[in-house]
Amino acid sequence: MKRIALLGMPNTGKSTLFNRISGASARVGNWPGITVDLMSAKILLGGNIAELIDLPGIYDLHGFSEDEQVVRHFITNNPVNLLVVLLNSTQIDRQLSLLLQIKKLGFPIVLVLNMADEAKRAGITIDTESLSQTLGLPVIQISAKYGDGLPKALEAATTIINQQNTTTNPQSISLLLKEEHDIEHEMHELIQQHVQIPATLTDDSTDKIDKVLLHKWFGLPLFFAAMFLLFQFIFTVGAPIQDGLAWLLDLIRSELLNPLFSDSPKWLSGLMLDGIYNGVATVAAFVPIIILFFLVMSMVEDSGYLSRAAFLMDTIMAKMGLDGRGFVMMLMGFGCNVPAIMGTRIMRSRSMRLLTMLVIPLSLCSARMQVFIFMIAALFSPSHAPLVLFSLYVMSFFTMFLTAVLFQNQYKNTEPFILELPPYRFPTPRQIVLRGWHEVKHFLNRASKFIVLGVVLVWLLTNFPSNVAPASVETYAGQIGVFFAPILDPIGINHELAIALIFGFVAKEIVVGALAVIYGLQGDALMVQMATQIDWVQAMSFMLFTLIYTPCLSTIATIKNESKSTAFMWLSIIWSLGLAWIISFVFYQSARLLGY
Amino acid sequence: MQFLSQLKAGQQAVISAIEAEESLFHRLSALGFRVGKPLSIMRRASFNGPLHVRLGTTDVILRVTEANRIQINAI
Repeated sequence: MKRIALLGMPNTGKSTLFNRISGASARVGNWPGITVDLMSAKILLGGNIAELIDLPGIYDLHGFSEDEQVVRHFITNNPVNLLVVLLNSTQIDRQLSLLLQIKKLGFPIVLVLNMADEAKRAGITIDTESLSQTLGLPVIQISAKYGDGLPKALEAATTIINQQNTTTNPQSISLLLKEEHDIEHEMHELIQQHVQIPATLTDDSTDKIDKVLLHKWFGLPLFFAAMFLLFQFIFTVGAPIQDGLAWLLDLIRSELLNPLFSDSPKWLSGLMLDGIYNGVATVAAFVPIIILFFLVMSMVEDSGYLSRAAFLMDTIMAKMGLDGRGFVMMLMGFGCNVPAIMGTRIMRSRSMRLLTMLVIPLSLCSARMQVFIFMIAALFSPSHAPLVLFSLYVMSFFTMFLTAVLFQNQYKNTEPFILELPPYRFPTPRQIVLRGWHEVKHFLNRASKFIVLGVVLVWLLTNFPSNVAPASVETYAGQIGVFFAPILDPIGINHELAIALIFGFVAKEIVVGALAVIYGLQGDALMVQMATQIDWVQAMSFMLFTLIYTPCLSTIATIKNESKSTAFMWLSIIWSLGLAWIISFVFYQSARLLGY
Repeated sequence: MQFLSQLKAGQQAVISAIEAEESLFHRLSALGFRVGKPLSIMRRASFNGPLHVRLGTTDVILRVTEANRIQINAI
């Protein structure tokens, strides 16, 4: 099978292009010589199947960041038939250096110039034909966002692949890579001859928006106001959908599943209905709100506003030994901690990477958000609900800042802070839909693995041994609860909640599912039952613990992979558990002392 | 001798020298910081925070520490 690698600088729309070509067939895979996973997809090219690999975005083939090393190791260990080099048309004057570095290594190349639409608006014209002749390789201008020019680019790739049956020789590339030539000079010549760039960009809408959003004094308050409004939007729109879905899932059980299982043995209907169905349905009711959350997150991410947040927050972050990029990772962590931790690869200083990785797992991810929405709906009045959720987000920032301040001396660093500020962009409906679909897939994937397995285990623990009353102290779950009582009683966490917390180690989605299984109820009935079992002080203590302790197994595995240190992984686990217990203890005991 | 860090918002300058270790030099030059290139300061964050600089078509933010490594001639 022919192998094609996709290479380009960050912010060139590389993932957009990859997603457009590969559709939804992409998968993650391992490659020789590198330790990180790369996305790849099988695509149909001129009647043959070819493999397309998405390499990380890099500025420089000779750079020192982890991504740059990954690309170097990939091309010196894996033969390829073709490199598709993707550059940003509007920044061709400096990005051409990457192409020339690669060309020197003798790769078969198709040069694809993305963001043709933006270049057109900015008044930049590129004579692709003459540039192609001088370079001696196909040059095609496209817009990955809208798909313009894409068929032409694929056609050029097909031609090269069909003509050429040999692959590159990794060893000779490895040798060539050692020599760096007069790239500066050649690049200068090329730009002078083939590209006209107006002195100032004609499209100044980004400047106008920046004047407001990056304002010396209003910039930061505006950012937090914008975030607050987005969250309000998610819950205002999401809550009714969630209620509707919960009602529907309840109806399916009472009208369809209950009659269906009425004749089957008691243990089977118990396992299927009280175990799997209750557990998974309770979690599934949150899917709409999570999708909405990720849609809004991805719009903010793609818009370029996050880089602005880095600019606004850098001064404060510097006081904690982190930088503006660390703040962006914290915000990304609100979606899911795993990609946020992987995002620290852009940092070159190991100390700063570790400090950022220690902080990110404290960020209130969407799975924890499910637990909170659920607990808040059960234990607090609707008028208090937004305030309680808001206080948990504040608490999340507080624990992150506290951790950074306490550990910054252990992880001292002099990492330079230089970041590109992309122009504001607005994602197309297609990008939004693809992203939403990706999240649904992700949930279904987790649901089929962790959640079903988790709720089945919880059901077994709460229903066996079979000669005792379900969910009583004599069951296995009850015994585990009794075992942990000396540590968990002082923070107000009862036996039922303890089981949910233990399974929450695997994934926070299981917590809500586990509670449904433990109480054998679902929907409104479950919430009413919980309100009779615990009071709001216990609920708050439980939420604080859930917020701070280790988010999930995937996060732990990612921390271990990225830090390449088992000791650091344990530090992260123990620190978060200890901090969770102390904060819950202080909260629970002082609330009780005050008479609540 | 004047450094990038000494410029005010709205000022323009030409880079005259970059003094940085190899890795930082690489990063700066990949983002377009090269001797002889003109740049302008778009804005500076409050409390001596990062600078927002425009070089040609590229906007970059960097800290005062890094801006101290870049010598310029103000226009």
